[in-house]
Amino acid sequence: MSASAKIPTTGARQSERPGTALSFRAEWARQVGRTRTKWIVGIVLVLPVIFIAAFALDRGPRNSQSGTRMVDYAVSGGANFMVFALLVASELLLVIIAALMAGDPVPAEASWSSLRYLLVAPVRRARLLTSKLSVGLIHVAILVLLLPTWSLLIGTIAYGSAPFTIPGGGQLDLGDLLPRMAIAVAYIFIALLPVAAISFAIGVGTDTPLAAVGGALMVFIVAGILDSIDALGSLRNGLPGHYARAWLDVLQPTLDWTNLRHGFLWSVLWALIFFALGWWRFGRKDVLS
Amino acid sequence: MSAGLAGLVGLVGLVGVGLAPMAAAQSEDRAPNIAIENLMVPVGAEPDGESVELDVTVYSPPGAARDGVAPAILLGHGFGGSKKDMTERATALAERGYVVLAWTARGFGESGGRVHLNDPAFEGEDVKALIDLLAERPDVLLDEPGDPRVGIMGGSYGGAIGLIGAGVDPRIDTVVSAITWNDLAASLFPQSADPGTEAGPARQLWISRFFGASLAQGARGDGESGSSASGGSGASGGGNPASGIVMGEGGPLLCGRFDPTVCRELVAAAETGTPSEEALAMLRAHSPAAVIDSVDVPVFLIQGMADSLFGLDQSDATARALAAREVPFAMRWIDGGHDGPSSTATQDDAAVDVWLDHYLKEAVGAGVGSGAGSATTSDAAASAALPVPAFTWAGTMARRAETAPLFTSDSYPGLTGATGQTGQTGATGQTEELGTLRLLPPRTSTLITPPGGAPASITTVPGLGSLGNLGGSGGGLQATGLSLPTYPLAALPGQSLAIDSRPALESLNVVGSPQLTLRITSSQPEVTLFASLWQVQGQSVSQPRRLVAPLRVPVTPGQPTEVTVSLPAATWQMPAGSTWRVLLTSTDSAYANAREARLDRIEVIGNLTVPTLTGTPLRVPGERDTESIGVAIAIGVVLLGILGALLLSRRRRAALHSEPEFADIPLVVTDLVKTYADGHRAVDDVSWRAEKGQVVGLLGPNGAGKTTTIRMILGLIKPDSGTAHVMGEQVGPGSPILGRVGALVEGPGFLPHLTGRENLKAYWRATGRPEEEAGFDEALAVAALGGALDRPMRTYSHGMKQRLGIAQAMLGLPELLILDEPTNGLDPPQIAAMRPILHAYAAAGRTVVISSHLLGEVEQTCSHVVVMHAGRVVTTGAVADLISSEDTTVLELGDKGDRATAVAERLRRVGGIRTVDVEDDDAHGRLTVVADRPRGEVVREALDAGADVVGVGSRRHLEEVFLGVIADAAHAGDSEGTGTTMIERLRQVRAR
Repeated sequence: MSASAKIPTTGARQSERPGTALSFRAEWARQVGRTRTKWIVGIVLVLPVIFIAAFALDRGPRNSQSGTRMVDYAVSGGANFMVFALLVASELLLVIIAALMAGDPVPAEASWSSLRYLLVAPVRRARLLTSKLSVGLIHVAILVLLLPTWSLLIGTIAYGSAPFTIPGGGQLDLGDLLPRMAIAVAYIFIALLPVAAISFAIGVGTDTPLAAVGGALMVFIVAGILDSIDALGSLRNGLPGHYARAWLDVLQPTLDWTNLRHGFLWSVLWALIFFALGWWRFGRKDVLS
Repeated sequence: MSAGLAGLVGLVGLVGVGLAPMAAAQSEDRAPNIAIENLMVPVGAEPDGESVELDVTVYSPPGAARDGVAPAILLGHGFGGSKKDMTERATALAERGYVVLAWTARGFGESGGRVHLNDPAFEGEDVKALIDLLAERPDVLLDEPGDPRVGIMGGSYGGAIGLIGAGVDPRIDTVVSAITWNDLAASLFPQSADPGTEAGPARQLWISRFFGASLAQGARGDGESGSSASGGSGASGGGNPASGIVMGEGGPLLCGRFDPTVCRELVAAAETGTPSEEALAMLRAHSPAAVIDSVDVPVFLIQGMADSLFGLDQSDATARALAAREVPFAMRWIDGGHDGPSSTATQDDAAVDVWLDHYLKEAVGAGVGSGAGSATTSDAAASAALPVPAFTWAGTMARRAETAPLFTSDSYPGLTGATGQTGQTGATGQTEELGTLRLLPPRTSTLITPPGGAPASITTVPGLGSLGNLGGSGGGLQATGLSLPTYPLAALPGQSLAIDSRPALESLNVVGSPQLTLRITSSQPEVTLFASLWQVQGQSVSQPRRLVAPLRVPVTPGQPTEVTVSLPAATWQMPAGSTWRVLLTSTDSAYANAREARLDRIEVIGNLTVPTLTGTPLRVPGERDTESIGVAIAIGVVLLGILGALLLSRRRRAALHSEPEFADIPLVVTDLVKTYADGHRAVDDVSWRAEKGQVVGLLGPNGAGKTTTIRMILGLIKPDSGTAHVMGEQVGPGSPILGRVGALVEGPGFLPHLTGRENLKAYWRATGRPEEEAGFDEALAVAALGGALDRPMRTYSHGMKQRLGIAQAMLGLPELLILDEPTNGLDPPQIAAMRPILHAYAAAGRTVVISSHLLGEVEQTCSHVVVMHAGRVVTTGAVADLISSEDTTVLELGDKGDRATAVAERLRRVGGIRTVDVEDDDAHGRLTVVADRPRGEVVREALDAGADVVGVGSRRHLEEVFLGVIADAAHAGDSEGTGTTMIERLRQVRAR
């Protein structure tokens, strides 16, 4: 404390028309510099490089006796490498990213004790969630887009620009592949929404970011286990993650929208339910953190 | 899985596709309204004179459809099965309004006689006898007396008897014939080469299985083994192996329930791999081909592509025979067969139902289809009037799909598509043409046939379900999409030639039999080869259709011979860019292989010709995407719910009302009550207010409810009842009026990755107000952090954060500043420095609320205090009023210690003096005297008591007031038991 501090004797300054509280830009500035954001961007950028390095060490068989190995598929061109990287990452990495980016912002503020200051700034609670979630989801979208783009780039540098080999036979050149990949990336993003929503709904009620991410992952894993029980039949269709791989359908010679449509609708449903649940909980909870 | 064709397919006894148990399990489940009669029907005797009765079940529909009568359907079963296999399909058809007759064929199950392999003279005549039976039934619709309206359907063994029956009995009105043979000789000894020998390589595995199934049945009269044969399951072979070895009249009889003549020819052919002329003649006679020229009724042919026994070539031969005489027929290629179930079984059954209804129910006049003397069946219009598309085929199943897509065409093009119809455009615009896959060199190789024919390539796995049974997995491997890595087993080194195609230039829908020309030069006079088509994907080679084309070609040793090879007919989706491979092998494990060593030089001439056909995708009527619709509806419901909740919350927000009378009062707290979820009532009916220019201290021991009150004032906690008004506006969560409040609540909160300066900027940006209003410089001056301001927050000490927190609360110079424990973590000079800042802040007409434990600090800083205890307000007022009072006199003494104590002792005995507290302060003692008498008298009494009075005052310390009121409140409100704990708590407060 400095006793020399001068407090103006004029009254409070209050503008007539205050701008939007916690605008998207303000929230963006709060999140983008965070260490975890930097780490995740780093992982997404490094992952394809690690793949290439790992494949470079490969001394495995390349003959037809052992069937197609993922390695051989991945190294046969930049497009193949991109799909491989996206396939590998979408199994878990992107799920974690979605859970973290959507679930962590609110409990992180709570754990820093800064949440209450935002609320008395004042930021309306719904506004706070909207800003935090939209910034979080934009992060997810950027990363989901970054991974294939970056993989395509360095995959092409490393393995050349051979046309994409359709897993079921046939090829797609880049001009045909890219629009389809756009659909695939959009679908992957939508399919990540349920896990983001679950993480978000848990996160608004807790002060520990880990609880949000861990809880959402737990739900996702349990759903995956249930999904592997054949006896449940078509009941499994509704499980979050059941249609997670449906984006591979866009790489088939004839585009069958059935699974994409189902996956899209289920994802939207789960996302709506859990996002709404998050809003509802946060709107009425006592902020004690 | 629906019954019907899938059942038929699965139940062909030989096959033992794991469907059989399913069919058995569902047989008990019958519709109650269907009358079921079990009969033994006498039919023609065996050649040896043994009389024969057939085991028959008649299913009558619930109330015959028309005038008490209904059309009839004969249902035949698969080889090794019995009428029981047909129960479900029969019930379903009866429910559709048919009299259904299911019979166990001669030589199987409970029926008598021996297996003649669908000899028109035996099994064919049996059909006649069954139709005679139907003609006499009162519930069967008759076209003419003695001529019932009847259709016949079945699969495999039952499919062939349908065609043969229609050939021998003109009373049959229509035939549905699934996965069956046209010519049994060509089926068991298939030939894919042109020119080739008369009989191709023997289908060794399948022929052997015929005997396996027959042995499993045992000879009639052996006892239970015959009757208990659980038809359909090839696995029933475990019955009694010894039952096959019965001494017949001429010697040991291996034949089980086979007719001895049939048996002898088959055994001989299987043993040598080369059939005799007699055997071929016998097999041809036991085939639809023998009687097809007498069939004049509409025929629905269903043939499978997962069928290494009766391929599409068989139904194609039947179709050609029918087409030559312009008999109406429809063709359907399914992806099932003897090697697996059809993925489109439901749609297959539906198509059959449409077919039957058309020809048995809707059919018109006695003449139509009823072959007897009806020369008009060759009416060209009949074809156009087919109730189902003339040609329907299953395409390639999409990844993870459960059913194959179906395509239709208005005409059936045959297998090669090139039979004079190249480029023909159908009525609905489908085009048939020949495509070409260009083959890559090397196209030549030398193939060895090892002596003894072993090892043999494994290209196809006949009855894949049976293989699954061996493995105990229950079969249906194809249905599960599990692909075995079969290519290495097929392409044995030295015994195979693989020719890859160039990537397809365009997408090809191959429908039919790809053609290839070979030039063969051999060391032997007869060459046996096997050709199959594979898809190459990177390093993996797979076989979308597990079929192989066998060929046996007579050659002159050393001289090249050219032959055309028809690869197995099926449908393939060849995407543009896909690569295909023709594999030629010298041996195949499913066939009888040549035992002599042989060397063949094979050269592939030209390219692979593929018949293509673009069909109309079949939209299944009524097939709705219920999942999508259901989920879409659920989304709609959720959206409506969200909308409703939004409206509700908007109304709740509107319920916050302003009080104009409080507009000039910075803070009015009215009757606030908050009970936490655990039942603890933290704040109980608290009311106070803070006026402009005041510095209000909120005092109270731990747990008094100070922080909870502040949180309610800030809208962080929702009060159970009561209100907080700031400038007359009621505060709710995020109320805009909070923009005129600055707060520090329970310690500062900052983003650890930003610097102090960035934190303040980030916070201010969150308010959405213009940066000029913030007054960063003044706030930063308050924080007095110096160079630390540009270090990340995580490096800050507690006190630095606290100062920055106070500075953040002052951003924008809010009219109401609420500081909760602002002195935490500050050292005494800093606390002292804060005092004038707060005074100056309030002096400008603003208001400061401070909650604190430091009573001395509050005393020096605050103009007013609100004392809380146990959730209630105990006292409020100006500090000056509280600490000064008329009845209290503070005496500064020159002495201290014992002397001061002695003076106090004496004073206590004086009348009118209530309490005397002694305190030693620095060099002086201090007596605080509370008396009922005027201050002058108190001073006099003190002097009288010998006190060395050096000063007299009226002010107590706030601490004493505080302890007093708290103690009073505790005493008044609590029982004695809690009083002691209260004192303990007060001590703690004091210690701070």
